Amino acid sequence: AAASVGILDVDLCGPSIPRMLRVCRPEVHQCEAGWVPVYTDQQQNLALMSIGFLLEDPDEAVVWRGPKKTALIGQFVRDVAWGELDILLVDTPPGTSDEHLAVVENLRKHKIDGAVLVTTPQAVSTGDVRREITFCKKTGVQILGLIENMSGFVCPHCSECSNIFSKGGGEELAKLTGSEFLGSVPLDPLLTHSLEEGSNFLQAFPESATFSAINNIAQKLLLHMKDG
Amino acid sequence: YVISKCSWSWFDLNGIVHVSDCPGTSSEQAGKTSACQGCPNQSLCASGAAKAPDPAIEEIKVKLATVKHKIVVLSGKGGVGKSTFSANLAHALASDASTEVALLDVDICGPSVPKIMGVEGEQVHQSGSGWSPVYVEDNLAVMSIGFLLGSPDDAVIWRGPKKNGMIKQFLRDVDWGELDYLIVDTPPGTSDEHLSVVQYLSAARIDGAVIITTPQEVSLQDVRKEIRFCQKVNLPVIGVVENMSGFECPKCKNTSQIFPPTTGGAERMCEELGLPLLGKVPLDPRIGKNCDEGKSFLSEVPDSAAALAYQGIVKISAQCEKG
Repeated sequence: AAASVGILDVDLCGPSIPRMLRVCRPEVHQCEAGWVPVYTDQQQNLALMSIGFLLEDPDEAVVWRGPKKTALIGQFVRDVAWGELDILLVDTPPGTSDEHLAVVENLRKHKIDGAVLVTTPQAVSTGDVRREITFCKKTGVQILGLIENMSGFVCPHCSECSNIFSKGGGEELAKLTGSEFLGSVPLDPLLTHSLEEGSNFLQAFPESATFSAINNIAQKLLLHMKDG
Repeated sequence: YVISKCSWSWFDLNGIVHVSDCPGTSSEQAGKTSACQGCPNQSLCASGAAKAPDPAIEEIKVKLATVKHKIVVLSGKGGVGKSTFSANLAHALASDASTEVALLDVDICGPSVPKIMGVEGEQVHQSGSGWSPVYVEDNLAVMSIGFLLGSPDDAVIWRGPKKNGMIKQFLRDVDWGELDYLIVDTPPGTSDEHLSVVQYLSAARIDGAVIITTPQEVSLQDVRKEIRFCQKVNLPVIGVVENMSGFECPKCKNTSQIFPPTTGGAERMCEELGLPLLGKVPLDPRIGKNCDEGKSFLSEVPDSAAALAYQGIVKISAQCEKG
């Protein structure tokens, strides 16, 4: 049976997930149990909550200071009627600030399985993720693992591999900090194109190396959930 | 029934965000109306403290009177190459030895600038005239919270108010001296750091903002918000840079649009919004490599397509006063 998953998008300044799942302009309705999340599919296996759904004008800037962001994230956790979920994924903006603290503080009582950290291979990126690892350690969030994204590009014309953003930095960082390395995901125009259109990449390109990479990571995480 | 949609707002010179129904922080009703219930700033407004302007704003105006041009680099999305651009802009401007340049990194949580400029691990010294920035060249200074952290693992887990305090100090207490250009590199978004930079520089005046994006709509979506932010706070937009604009395979020379401009890229967006497109920079592995090594990409690979694109963009950005 398919798992039921919820995504909570707490990137309040740059909510991208609605577009990536092709659910741009629905409204959020209220029921007795709270705010109804937006379902991305008929079977209601994938639910989403994002500030993107609450804006009159999609181009409107959310120019909020920390306290207001913290308050809305608190509402997202308290008031959204997710129903029965196997997994709740929380997507955060970059940083170690109000949003991240709000998520940890609000979810703590509901038990957080852990955090997945995403980096690109180059040192400038892993340099920031090192600090994110410290954030997790300081706030008591278990690190489920690191993912090295944008890891190499295979030219669709000649198959030459170019390490546009370098390579291996994520794996090195995992080793350095004693975290599990979950895997690398390559740069793939087919993936970025799918995200632009909100189409399901995994359904469309199940033979691709990118699919394999993402799927392997997902399987590792599911194992963690079972054991954890 | 539908949850009432939220419509936002503007911020006043004190950096307090107003929402619809907000009576305004300087109003007699500030903090006292029914609309104020639940607003995180309610007690501040009710106490009257929100009305008084922060004295630091005037102090900063005085301190930065010796800075001719101030340019803020913004993006909506993370990872689009803002810090890379800021660093290259700084290097390019400073390539003329008679031009005094400084780069201020206000990305408090993810301070990449020290590494990109090759001065990671350097320390900031304090003197009678304030904090001394770190000099990359005689005419190129850098300031970042990165220099104040003891270890590369140190995390700055600060909420908004503390970040704002740090930014105030960077602007008020650093001894920049005479500068032709002060470039301010920001984290992605439209939040505390951005409001504080605009607020604290409100008397000193910012020439304008350069906004960085990548070609795809997922990125442009956030850039449009960034542009709205600039409009809200009366920050002129010098122009938009489209980064990661195609990749030419070094072997077969075919170009791939790894981040596809499905809605026309920055070019169409700029046309629609009447903003200048400063240029398009292609992906080049040597850019990231030089950033990692703390070297100037423009000096190391001056003949590359990316370097030429950057040079063109820098020329226009530097003319910000006319822009």
